[in-house]
Parts: sequence; structure tokens; C-alpha cells
Amino acid sequence: MTIKKRKMNVIETKNIRRVYHQGEIEVNALNDVTITFEKGEFTAIIGPSGSGKTTFLNAIGGLDKPTSGEVFINNTDITKLSENELIDFRLQHIGFVFQSYNLIPVLTAKENVEFIMLLQEIPKQEREKRAIQLLTEVGLSSQINRRPNQLSGGQQQRVAVARALASKPKFVLADEPTANLDSTSTSDLLDIMQALNKEEGMTFIFSTHDQRVMDRAKRIITLEDGKILSDIKR
Amino acid sequence: MKTLIKIAWRNVWRNKLRSSLVILSIVLGIWAGLFLMAMTLGLNEQRMNGAVDTYLSHLQIHHPKFKEDLNIKDTIIDKKQTVAIIQKNTNIKAFAERIVVQGMIANSKGSKGIELLGIRPEQEKKLTSISTHLTEGTYFTKFKKNPAVIGEKLAKKLHLKIRSKVVVTLQDYNGNLTAALFRVEGIFKTNSSVFDESTVFVRASDLDKSIAMHGKIHEIAILGKSIGDVKKIKSALISKITNNKVESWNEISPELGYAQEMMSSMVFIFMGIVLLALAFSIINTMLMAVIERKKELGMLMAVGMNKKRLFSMISLETLFIAMIATPIGMLLSYWSISYFNKYGIDLSIIASGLESLGIGSRVYTYLPKNLYINITATTLLVAFLASVFPARRALKLRPAEAIRSN
Repeated sequence: MTIKKRKMNVIETKNIRRVYHQGEIEVNALNDVTITFEKGEFTAIIGPSGSGKTTFLNAIGGLDKPTSGEVFINNTDITKLSENELIDFRLQHIGFVFQSYNLIPVLTAKENVEFIMLLQEIPKQEREKRAIQLLTEVGLSSQINRRPNQLSGGQQQRVAVARALASKPKFVLADEPTANLDSTSTSDLLDIMQALNKEEGMTFIFSTHDQRVMDRAKRIITLEDGKILSDIKR
Repeated sequence: MKTLIKIAWRNVWRNKLRSSLVILSIVLGIWAGLFLMAMTLGLNEQRMNGAVDTYLSHLQIHHPKFKEDLNIKDTIIDKKQTVAIIQKNTNIKAFAERIVVQGMIANSKGSKGIELLGIRPEQEKKLTSISTHLTEGTYFTKFKKNPAVIGEKLAKKLHLKIRSKVVVTLQDYNGNLTAALFRVEGIFKTNSSVFDESTVFVRASDLDKSIAMHGKIHEIAILGKSIGDVKKIKSALISKITNNKVESWNEISPELGYAQEMMSSMVFIFMGIVLLALAFSIINTMLMAVIERKKELGMLMAVGMNKKRLFSMISLETLFIAMIATPIGMLLSYWSISYFNKYGIDLSIIASGLESLGIGSRVYTYLPKNLYINITATTLLVAFLASVFPARRALKLRPAEAIRSN
């Protein structure tokens, strides 16, 4: 495996393409996308359905290998990593927040947050302390022993945010995190994420249709047909 | 690992109904397999013990050629010396001398080919249990002249009762056809209707006079202190008794050994089929669980759970199901087998069929203790192997696709 070194950006993609085959038809989900993200960004990636938002997020999250091109996360070309190396890389460097929360249903809120640190083999005391601290930061200090089915959608998503931050990632990818939330929960969630972005410099990259997310984003990237249509920084 | 165990254990109970049904199916499968094994082994054990107990005993000694054609002249060589050697062996509990001839028993109601055994009742009582299997009459204690003890089936066939007279036609030692008159003193019933119909016991002294044996005998039956001593006794006797043939019960009646081997093979095949069915039941359940949790598994891979841990988690879930079900199945089996080992299963509805095979109408289950351990270990191994396919299926999931699935 050859690791190419680049200048300091959190994420850098170079000419990434992703082609899917649907029967005999070729679909260019991503078409020569070159872009960089710096530390501390609060970026929304928008576009109509089928524009390539999720494909792009999967590519920079190491969940899907591009057909061609390079993806650098903290100077590591993740397209050259093996499957096992990629799993470990995601664990150490990337946080995920999913549309459907995707918490482990049989674990409590605290156990869900601890789980990531457990995979990182962090000692028990340190895990527990950090899990409680993160859940407090997202306003769930009184819900730590509840299981997901005992929490509201907004609360579950906050647990998901805490879990995403547990591994001390370089950035957090959030794929339509507010899609299943009501307006109050959405507002609360975005407040927390913005606070983390401002106070701790955590990088957040969203894929979203939600105007409320777009309104708070410092940078909006518009995708269409797998290409960057616009890239506006506020 | 502790957390994986915790997750796996809690996952087992996510769908209580489904997990309970799989556990129940494993419990019933184990119980059915073990109980059938116990019934089959018990059946054969009874058959073997019945044969050993009523007539065969642990070992027999004959003239080397006697068993080939049952020639009346092939009597035990050096009887006195042979008996002396037997008496010196401390592992031998009892022995009995017998005259063995083939004959025809007849009366006004009919006739039947039989094996006529001339015995010494005091010796025979210590060796076999015929004297305790009498349904009517007495065992060579009442009649002074030519008493006979016959089987119940033979008695019914020839309409014989206590004190009935029977004529036995047979060949004497000199090859002349002769007839002897006997009076029925006792009627016995064993587990083998074939034995009951074809065997008649008379006193050796009476038979000796009738066929001019002059003290010669055809057979010495030997009972060891335990069946485990048979090999030891045999090798000790063979080293000293060189002119007669010494055989153990399974050499005299190899069909008993063959039946045991055949039944053992059949029950192991049956158990194998049961375990195979259990394996598929587990595969089916775990596969459903993996497919249902596709999204969750995709998430776990996305956030950094490696393949080894994922595989372990799914295997642990399967093992937990097996570890709950197996002891319950074993306990249920142990209790039921122990109960029916003591009280037996009443199969009198098919008694005549069983008796023709040498088995009583009440079957006592029997299972060696090592089989419980073997089957437990095998079940857990099968469960682990059954977990491999669903676990591998989970490993093949692509996180990006799995997370987006419904």
C-alpha cells in the first residue's frame, strides 16, 4: 500500500468517479469530483434525489470505494486501504450520524456511546467517564440508562451524535440527520452540533434536503448529476 | 469481549417467541434422539441379559466339534479335570453341567422339535433364572420320577398342564432311536417365546439313563462374578483347558452382538439426522435474524466493528441458544430415561412380537452416562458450525447498502 502525502486538509478528493451498473445501463453517480474540506467546517451538501450526495458521503466516509480517483483523509489515501484497514480507519477517524439513528437497540444510551470506545479498546473507566460527559453535552444526562425504544426520535439522534463524537474523529458525516425529526428536535439537534462546531472545532458535513440545516451551514455545496454545481462559502 | 457477550445475550431475547421456539425445538430434538437411543439400547440390553440369564450364561465349554453338528458323541473331554480347573478360578461365581440333545416331544395333541437339556437343578439354580420364571408348578422338587420343566408356549401348543405326560423321541449315545416318558412338573415363561417353545429341562440323571450317557456331558455353562470378567475368565481357562473349546456368550450367539452393533449404528444415524435437522433450524433462525438486522449490522461495520467481532457476535448468539437448550434437553432426557429405566415402558400391546425377538413386553430404557456428555458436546459443536453460514452472510454485507435498506 502506497500512502501519498498531501498538504493539510481534513478531506481532499481528486477526480473521484463512481459508476454503478444497473443491468446494461451505466450510472455515473459521481463524475470527476474534486474538492477539499478544512478543519472546523459546517458544510451542507445539497441537491435533488439522485444527485450523488449519499454516494459522495459514502466515498469520503470510506463506506464505498470510488471507481477511480483518490480520497485523502488527513493525508491518507483511503482508496488504497484494504477492507480491514478501512474498517479500522473509520473507527479511529470518522464519526457517523445516520438518518434512522441506527443505535444498537439492546444497549442503553450510555452503552451505545461507550461501544465505539470499546471497539477502540479504551479502558473501562475512561470510556464511562467520556460517555457520560458526551451525553451531558448533548443534554441527555438524565437518560443515560434508557434504551433507544425508551427515547424520542430527537433524543435518539442526540445519542447518535454523542456516539459519533466518542471516538474523537477528525470529522462527522451526517446523512440527512434531521429527516425523521420534528421541528423542535431538529432545532435542538442543530444547536448542539453548532455548539460543538464552534467550541470544539468539530467538522460537520451534512447531506440534507432540510432548509433549516442549510440556513445554519457555513458552506453549501450543490451537487447535480454527480458533479459540483456550486460551492458557496458564507 | 464482555460487551459482545452482553450484546449477543440481549440479542437472543429481542424476539422472545422466535428464540423460545428454536430452543424448544432443540430441546425436543435432543430428548427424542436420546430417548430413542435409550429405548433401543435398553431393548437390546434386555435381549442380551435375557439370553445370558435364562440359558446362555457368560461362557460355555464344549467338545471342539460339538457345535458343528450337535453330535451326541462329542462330549466334554476330560470332564473331571475341566471341572477342577473351573472350580479353581476365583472369578467364576457358578457353573453347571448339561447334557444337550435334540428330540421330538409329542402327545395326543401334537408334536414339536425341541432341545432337551439334562441339568443338575442345584447347579442350574445358581447359574440361570429359569427356576424364578415359573408360572406354574415347581422346579424339580416334587416329582421323583422323570420330571420336566417346559416353556409356557410349548405347554399351550400341546395343551399340557402340571402332571401331564409327554413322550420325547430322541437318539441315544449309541445312535439308536429311543423314547423317554416325562411328567410336567413346572411351566416357565421367559422373554423369548422361541426359547419357551423349543426348550425342555429334565434332570441329567434321568436323561443319562434314557440315552446311556454314562456320566458324559456336552456342555459346561459358566457364570462370572460380573460380565466385565468374561474376557479375563476366558483367557485363564483357555490357557489351561486345551482339549475343549471355551467360548464367551457373544461367540456362542453372535447374532446378539450383531443386533447390538446394528441397533447402535441405527440410533447413531438417527441422532445424526436429528442434529442435522437442528442445525438447519438454527441456520434458518439466525439467517432470519441477520436479514432482519441488516441495517444495524451495516451500521456496526460502518462505525468500525471489524469482521472478527461481527462473526463472534453472531456465533455467540447461536451458542447461547444452544447452551440454553442443550442442558434442558439433557435433563429432560435424563429424567425420563431414569424413570423408565426403573418402571419400564409397557408395550404389552405388541407383546407377542417382542417375545418372538426375545424381548419382554416391558422395555426398560438404558443409556450409558458417557453418551450424555458426547451428545452435549456434539450439539454445541453442531450449533457453532451452524452459526458459520449466517455469520458469513453478515460479513458479506456492504455497509453503504445495508444502512440504506428497509
